[in-house]
Amino acid sequence: MKKILFVEDEPTLQKAVGRFLEEAGYQIISALDGELGLEMAKREKPDMILLDVILPKKDGFTVLKELKEDETTKDIPVVILTNLENDTDVEKAISLGATTYLVKANYELEEITKKIKDILN
Amino acid sequence: MSFKTTCQRLNPIGQCQKYNLSIWQCPSFLFPLNGLITILAMVSTYFVAVKYTQPEIVALIVIGVSIILIIIGYLITKGFEDLAQANRLKTEFVNIASHQLRTPLTGIKWNLELIQKSNSLTQEEILDKLEEIKDNNQRMIGLVNDLLDVARIEQGRLNLKPQKVFLDEMIQKLVEEYRPLAKASNIKIISEIESDIPLIIIDPQGIGLVLRNLIDNAIRYTKGSGTVRIKLIKKRNSIRCEIQDEGVGIPDRDQKSIFLKFFRSQNAMKYQTIGTGLGLFIAKSFIKESDGKIDFWSEEEKGSTFWFELPINNK
Repeated sequence: MKKILFVEDEPTLQKAVGRFLEEAGYQIISALDGELGLEMAKREKPDMILLDVILPKKDGFTVLKELKEDETTKDIPVVILTNLENDTDVEKAISLGATTYLVKANYELEEITKKIKDILN
Repeated sequence: MSFKTTCQRLNPIGQCQKYNLSIWQCPSFLFPLNGLITILAMVSTYFVAVKYTQPEIVALIVIGVSIILIIIGYLITKGFEDLAQANRLKTEFVNIASHQLRTPLTGIKWNLELIQKSNSLTQEEILDKLEEIKDNNQRMIGLVNDLLDVARIEQGRLNLKPQKVFLDEMIQKLVEEYRPLAKASNIKIISEIESDIPLIIIDPQGIGLVLRNLIDNAIRYTKGSGTVRIKLIKKRNSIRCEIQDEGVGIPDRDQKSIFLKFFRSQNAMKYQTIGTGLGLFIAKSFIKESDGKIDFWSEEEKGSTFWFELPINNK
């Protein structure tokens, strides 16, 4: 079973995404802040990371940068899942190595699940 | 283009008024003023030089005028900075407000999708999700109300309805209301209310909002365990309320901005990304409208004490 790490500080969103992806057959581990997210990525070596940008302790872009600089985590695909929508943020995410950038409010859980499936195959 | 629209387009002070800047912060007023003074200076220097041939007098006039021009030049630069700042805050406002709204909107959207599409949710879990939807809805209503309050404050239309209020009773009620939340975060909440607090005439909704805001902040920004102390003291002509926490505190460099609209200290952002930055702005505006004073002292990693004083009306 593929393991997905979800880094998101809003408990409501954590639970909704977590439940949907579990029903779709994935194992979900979650972190509520950037620092913990980084730690868990290194420790658990997930198959994919869903990363929010606005996070306590360490923001998403910093986490992304450090993930890509670390030998053990740089090949894990990272999907930025956020409600920020500036072009500059999208460019920054891609240039830092994110696989794709999704604006939460624009996607249904089903669509997000499909994108994840496509990336993991 | 008609004459009227041309005049409106050229209105230099319009931009500045839109951002609530005074005429002395407005570059489009200061620049022409600068030019006018330069011209007047040159012309009068000529006439003075013709009349009084002593070079010292002319030199003094030139120095005097230069000083005035330098001062105006400085005001112009500051004016540009203020305009840029006001513009930046406006963009920030739209970005922050829409982002703040998007999060609960997404929460509602996804929970509804889960309820509709999931084939393993129990009845209890469904009720749980519905409760979350309710909370998120309430959060958006709260944010919109805050934004409306801010708009009313900016337009000077606060619409206060002063009534007789017993602050001691109000605080006791709020302490009980916040006790479960505080307990869940391992925080003790204590009230130290003096015994003969007189009633005051104030808008009850407004002062309730201020108190909730300060108590909420005290609890939210205390990491780990700690005590939140609420004191109510009678002074000669006023009542003083202090809300003290042992929380993360406010760094020195952020202290002067703490009551500004949308301002959130980096310290706060590091621990809690939920928060509009509007609460203290609204609180201060209300207290000032009610002829009171509000301020705080704070030390990083030690905690903060926010206090306000309201006059006792003898009606």
